[in-house]
Amino acid sequence: MNRVSAYHPGSPSVLPEVIAGNSDALAVDQQVPGAIVDAVMAVDEPQIYIDSAQIVPVCRHLKEAGFVRLAGITGVDWWPRSPRFEVIYLLQSLHDKRRLRLAVRTGEGQEIDSVTSVWRGANWYERETFDLFGVVFRKHPNLERIMMPADWEGHPLRKDYPVHGHKYSYRDE
Amino acid sequence: MREGYDHVASLDAEHELAIEDPSGLEYKGSQPGSGRRMTLNMGPQHPSTHGVLRVVLELDGETILSARPEIGYLHTGIEKQCEAKKYQQVVPLTDRVDYLANLNNNLCYALAVEKLLGLEIPEMAQWMRVLLCELTRVASHLIWLGTHALDIGAMTVYFYCFREREEILKIFEMFSGQRMMTSYIRPGGLALEPPRGWHKAITRVVERLQSGVDEYQELLAGNPIWVNRTKGVGMLPVDIMIDLGVTGPMLRAAGVNIDARKDSPHSSYDKFQFDVPTRTANDVYARFEVRMEEMRQSIRMVRQALDGMPSGPWHADAPHILLPDREKMKTQMEALIYHFKIVTEGYRVPAGSVYQVVESPRGELGYYVVSDGTANPHRVFMRTPSFGNLQSLGAMLEGVLIADSIAVMGSMDFVLGDVDR
Repeated sequence: MNRVSAYHPGSPSVLPEVIAGNSDALAVDQQVPGAIVDAVMAVDEPQIYIDSAQIVPVCRHLKEAGFVRLAGITGVDWWPRSPRFEVIYLLQSLHDKRRLRLAVRTGEGQEIDSVTSVWRGANWYERETFDLFGVVFRKHPNLERIMMPADWEGHPLRKDYPVHGHKYSYRDE
Repeated sequence: MREGYDHVASLDAEHELAIEDPSGLEYKGSQPGSGRRMTLNMGPQHPSTHGVLRVVLELDGETILSARPEIGYLHTGIEKQCEAKKYQQVVPLTDRVDYLANLNNNLCYALAVEKLLGLEIPEMAQWMRVLLCELTRVASHLIWLGTHALDIGAMTVYFYCFREREEILKIFEMFSGQRMMTSYIRPGGLALEPPRGWHKAITRVVERLQSGVDEYQELLAGNPIWVNRTKGVGMLPVDIMIDLGVTGPMLRAAGVNIDARKDSPHSSYDKFQFDVPTRTANDVYARFEVRMEEMRQSIRMVRQALDGMPSGPWHADAPHILLPDREKMKTQMEALIYHFKIVTEGYRVPAGSVYQVVESPRGELGYYVVSDGTANPHRVFMRTPSFGNLQSLGAMLEGVLIADSIAVMGSMDFVLGDVDR
C-alpha cells in the first residue's frame, strides 16, 4: 500500500501522487474542489478518499460523467484506529466498463450523507452498512436493519463485536 | 377440525359451504376498484420464493399496488466468519454463499486473494477453472429453468432439468468428492489433480446437455401457455434497472451488453470464443431466451476447453500457499514443514485491498477483500448479484397481477443464500 503522507487536504491543485494521472480524479477535483482528501493505491486500482461532507456532490458528478452503476456500498472497521470506519463505494461506468472505488472515513457517532438521491440502488446497501456496522446515513428514506432482526443489539461486523460468545450463541463454543 | 367429512360431500353436490367463523369476523373480499386494500404476506415459506424470502404485497383486487421484499431470514454472518478464519479456511464458506454456483464463488475469492498475493496461475489450471465454472453456469441455469417452469405449471421440464443437472453434479463429485460444496478452486490453483478419465466423462455429459437444451427449448418456446404467461410480463425501464443495481441475464435481456467475462477478463476467458446474448424485450420471456442462449454458449466454451486444454501443472509453484501432495509429505521434509505451517499458521497476505469481479450465473459477483498483512482477512465483502437483482422486485411488481408475480420472481433467479449471506 502506497500511502501518501505529504498531501494536505484543502489545497485543491495538488492531488495525491498515486492518482495524479487519473482523469476521473482530476475531473472530480475540478468539479468539487477539495473533495479528495487522500488516495491509496490498492492492488488493482486506486481507492480515492472523499471528504465525508462532499460525497453526494462527488457522486452526482461522477454519475453524470458516466458512472451510472453503483455496484455496492460497504464498510470496513479499522478499530481501534480513529476514525474507525471506512465506507466504500464501488462504481462502474457502462461506456467502457471501467471501475472506480471511493472511500469515506467516518468515526463512531458521526453521520454521512446518503447517496440514495443519486442512485436508488444505494438504499439496501446503506441499510446493510448501517445494520452491520452502525454507520448512520443522513436523509436515507428508510434506514432500518435489513439482515438482523429489528430488535437486535449491536452491529455484528464491528471488530469489537465477538464472533462467538454472544448471548444468543451456543454455549461452550 | 370439524367432525366427519360430510362437508366434503356437500361440496361435491355443489352446495354452498357455510363456515361459521367463531371470531364473528366475516371476510368480505376485496373487489377491484372498490378502494379496499388487502395486505398479503407472501413467504417467508412460500414454494415459489425458493428460499426464505418474505414479500409484503398490498393488493387491490388481484393487482399488486406495492411489494416490499423483506430479507435477512437466511443471514448466517458469513462475512463475519471470514474475518475469524485464515485465508485458506474461507474457501468452504464461499461455497455456501450461492449454493447453486459454488465454483464461481470459489473462483472469485481465489482470484481476489491471488491478486493480493501477486500469484500467477498456470494456464492449465485457468482453463480448468473456466471449464468447471461454465458447467456450473449450466447447472445453475437448469435449476432456474426447472423451478421457473414448475412455478408456471410445466412439470415435465423440472424433471428433465434435474436429470441433466445430476450428471453435472456427478462431474463435480468426480473432481472434488462433493456434489455441491466443492471448494475445488482455491488460491493458488485447484484443490486436487483432475481425476483420471475426466475428459471422457465431461465429453459424454456435454453431448447430453446439448440435446437437453434443445429439448427444453422445444418444450417451452412454442408452448402457448408458457408464451402467454411470460411475454410482456415483468418489464421495468432499463435505466431504473441499472439504478437499482440489477446485473446479469436480467440486464442483458433489457439490451445492456454487460458481462464480467468480457469486460474484465480473467482466467483466460479472453482466449475463448463466446457471444454475450442480449435481448431488448425486457420481459420474462426475454430473460428465458437469454439464459437458454447462455447455456448454449457455456456448452460451446466447455467444448473449446475440452479440445484445447493445455498441458502443464494444475497449481502454481507456491508451496507456502497450497497444501503439498500427500505422497510427498511422507518422503520429503520440506513438504511436511509447509503442510504444518499452512495448517497451523496459514499464510500472510500483503496489506492492500482488491475488488475482484466474475460473472456468476446471476450477474456480477464481486469480492472486496481487505488484507492488513496478517493471515486472516481483515474484511471480505461479497457483492452478490442476487442482492442487487432482488432490490428491483418492488419496482417490478408494481401494477402486476398477483399470478404474474410468480413468473416475475422466477425470472429473477435469485438465491436467498446469495442475498442474505
